[in-house]
Amino acid sequence: MFYREVGQYKTSYSADEALFPILQDKVGIAVILLVAFVGVPLTASNFTVDSILIPILVFSLAATGLNLLIGYTGLLSLGTGGFMGVGAYACYKLATFFPGVNIIVLILCSGFFAAAVGTVFGLPSLRIKGFYLAVATLAAQFFLSWCFIRVAWLYNYNVSASIEVPTKTLFGLPVTGPTATPVTRYLIVLSIVALLTLLAANLMRGRIGRAWMAVRDMDLAAELIGIRLYQTKLLAFAVSSFYCGVAGAMMVFLWLGNAESESFNINQSFLILFMVIIGGLGSLLGSFLGAALIWGLPIVLRAAPAHFGVSLHSATVEQTTFVILGVLIIVFLIVEPHGLARLWQIGKQKLRVWPFPY
Amino acid sequence: MSAQPRIAEGAGAIGAPERALGGTILAVEGVSLAFGGVTALSDVSFDVREHEIRAIIGPNGAGKSSMLNVMNGFYQPQRGVIRFGGREFHGMKPYEAARMGIGRTFQNIALFRGMTVLDNVMTGRSLKMRRNFFLQALRLGPAMREEIEHRRAVEEVIDFLEIQHIRRTPVGRLPYGLQKRVELARALAMEPTLLLLDEPMAGMNLEEKEDMCRFVLEVNDHFGTTIVLIEHDMGVVMDISDRVVVLDYGRKIADGTPDEVRGDQAVIDAYLGVAH
Amino acid sequence: MHLLYSIFVDPFVQMGAAPDLLAQTLWEGLVSGILYSLIALGFVLIFKASGVFNFAQGIMVVFSALTLVGLNEHGVPAYLALAITLVVMLALAFAVERVILRPLVNQPEIILFMATFGLTYFLIGVGELIFGGDPKVMISDQLRLPSGSYRIPMAGGFVQMQKIDIAATVIASLMVAALAILFNRTRIGRALRAVADSHRAALSVGISLEQIWVIVWFAAGVVALATGIMWGARSNVSFALEIIALKALPVLILGGFTSIPGAIIGGIIIGVGEKMGEFYWGPLFGSGIESWLAYVIALVFLLFRPQGLFGERIIERL
Repeated sequence: MFYREVGQYKTSYSADEALFPILQDKVGIAVILLVAFVGVPLTASNFTVDSILIPILVFSLAATGLNLLIGYTGLLSLGTGGFMGVGAYACYKLATFFPGVNIIVLILCSGFFAAAVGTVFGLPSLRIKGFYLAVATLAAQFFLSWCFIRVAWLYNYNVSASIEVPTKTLFGLPVTGPTATPVTRYLIVLSIVALLTLLAANLMRGRIGRAWMAVRDMDLAAELIGIRLYQTKLLAFAVSSFYCGVAGAMMVFLWLGNAESESFNINQSFLILFMVIIGGLGSLLGSFLGAALIWGLPIVLRAAPAHFGVSLHSATVEQTTFVILGVLIIVFLIVEPHGLARLWQIGKQKLRVWPFPY
Repeated sequence: MSAQPRIAEGAGAIGAPERALGGTILAVEGVSLAFGGVTALSDVSFDVREHEIRAIIGPNGAGKSSMLNVMNGFYQPQRGVIRFGGREFHGMKPYEAARMGIGRTFQNIALFRGMTVLDNVMTGRSLKMRRNFFLQALRLGPAMREEIEHRRAVEEVIDFLEIQHIRRTPVGRLPYGLQKRVELARALAMEPTLLLLDEPMAGMNLEEKEDMCRFVLEVNDHFGTTIVLIEHDMGVVMDISDRVVVLDYGRKIADGTPDEVRGDQAVIDAYLGVAH
Repeated sequence: MHLLYSIFVDPFVQMGAAPDLLAQTLWEGLVSGILYSLIALGFVLIFKASGVFNFAQGIMVVFSALTLVGLNEHGVPAYLALAITLVVMLALAFAVERVILRPLVNQPEIILFMATFGLTYFLIGVGELIFGGDPKVMISDQLRLPSGSYRIPMAGGFVQMQKIDIAATVIASLMVAALAILFNRTRIGRALRAVADSHRAALSVGISLEQIWVIVWFAAGVVALATGIMWGARSNVSFALEIIALKALPVLILGGFTSIPGAIIGGIIIGVGEKMGEFYWGPLFGSGIESWLAYVIALVFLLFRPQGLFGERIIERL
């Protein structure tokens, strides 16, 4: 019974409205942040950081963006990959035009470009609802994918139609390009993700988050209370695309080091969508859990046969991953349609009364 | 065959407290509404005086909910005019209605099922919350103060309707009677001048109905809110309303105090029946 | 000025100048439109009867075609392979009903939609594991499908029509007619429509939801197989087909999600619009606009008629 909130009384509204009102949660998050910022750089291997932690963080941010749109506002979007791509290519062009500017500034600015594009493709959302809106976002996705190949200006007329990241430094340390160490890149990604997640959490708890959820649950009633539907929906598209754009820029600049149109195609959109579904719609924690599971699972699956001494064709492993992923999605939806986040909540509930069963 | 409305100042029906009624706050004139080939309302006119409790009654399908939806801006009538707040509307937008202080509850409960009671009621304050996006994201200073200030106001409403114990419960889990109360709380959080209630007592047992009556009367008494309600329970209507409008097949067939309407032959034929 | 001319005038001039090319493009558009319609038809069947938007329809097309070809590769004669494939699709229908539909029966539609995502990935994985990931050639000859083409002289040039395409058109029409009769004239069809309307009401009059779902998914499987055969005969059978299936979405937007004639008409409009757009306007933008043109057409359409050509106007009541 060590997850009890009994005895923790709030004597002011601001205390009640805090992000982590329960003491155990406050301690827990402090520990996590400590491990993430200090523990990991000291102990984790380069491989773990580069191939597991950084991608999970990047995808968590994209999943947060998508979750905002689907989970909180109820607007189904299949254009995530495209918006990530806008952020990535915008960052690349910005780096070309402003070579001296701080990379973090560039990454955040490219988010705004993605937000602008996202808003434009969100314009149909007043007339079109539900599933039909998904088709509109598909138009965005395919159009953007096409642009990433056709519009040569985007990749500086490079013959291979791909973009390579130049080396940029921060405080004298190389942070992008081939010379940057995984740990440096990891810390920057972690900081950006932590900050943006905090901002998202704040938004959700306030007027804007409530307006989004109201639009999701019953937009007619929301209108009758005085919530402006159009502005609210467009804002959701803008903010969501901002997050996806930043994630895309980070993906290229702080993780892969290069990219091409294929990196931002429809499959990417589906990937992020699965992360959101499995993690839990409408839950910020879910975005992280979903990203961790969907990214981590193939890695585990690839490593497992070798671990057990069985050698399998890499293609076989890929295909088995697909099968397991498909089964996992179905099982999840049957057992817990609200995803990992709900499982986590149920776990916390059990912790409240443990060691008693109920 | 509608009787001339006679309002005695302060005199209501049995059991209703004395309250001073003001001038006309809302007038519906010649409103007609049709969907495709189906006529919902046909040349309906009546007025609502400030601080009064006005009931709209009639058989099923008479157009009562449609009337409220017109007053709320949800439907735009083909003909007719609504005068409210000194302005004339041929059909307002829902946002305008909300902004002018018209609040509403619904027959089939239109709560936001994914949110807690507290959040639902807080959405009622949406119009009053002004702090912009970036301040919200940072949740510092003015945004935080605004949130607390509105939380305070919402807590008052929650106290008033005695739903403190369920404030963090997701509304989907609540029993029907409590959901209706939460819906009322959300409408009250808007601080409306005019409150439209669509069958607030529907599906409730006797105890719940008495509670709801008490709340409605207190809202009217305490905050001076003008109330227009649709109700089927004749006992409730006669008890708490100042004046009654009777609709049948989209037309107004009577308009007056509860006693007048109860004795009106057309109303008896269409709706009330004869007491045995 | 020149730009306006090249968008609004020049393409039509080109059309008039070479009517045989125009006819060819129209024919190509019609054929691909028919194939899109067939995929959309599968969607419509399942959506009409179970309210599920079956994202896996595309992969079912690929999977059924692969099964057919794969069996034949292992020595099974063509028509026997066809029969076995049908049995496989029936088994798949049973499995889907048992494993996915029954446990999720009361969940919101979005959950069921996501479940079909899971099914898609599952079928992709299994398909690749069993049959390998390489493109395969459709066994058109063994199935006695016509090959070769007709050349019709026209206006100085000629129009070439592949016989397989004509066969596809005929088979599609027959299938549509059969399905229309099934839905509207038979007892089962009435039950299907009842289930599409309301699961609970259908249950209360004694209709077995499970049976209906199996029937419908099997029907969709048959349509998928036919589509796979036709499409595979024109180009190869590969997993790339799966993405083409997404093209069915604009078709459904235009034709409505529950209308069989709508799927056909929508498919033709999209197919023709896409081919014409690519051929006459494509060069203006650089090639490859086929990848998004269909969606943009659907999008523009939605802005004017949010419920599609044949969809029902949803009147929202509060």
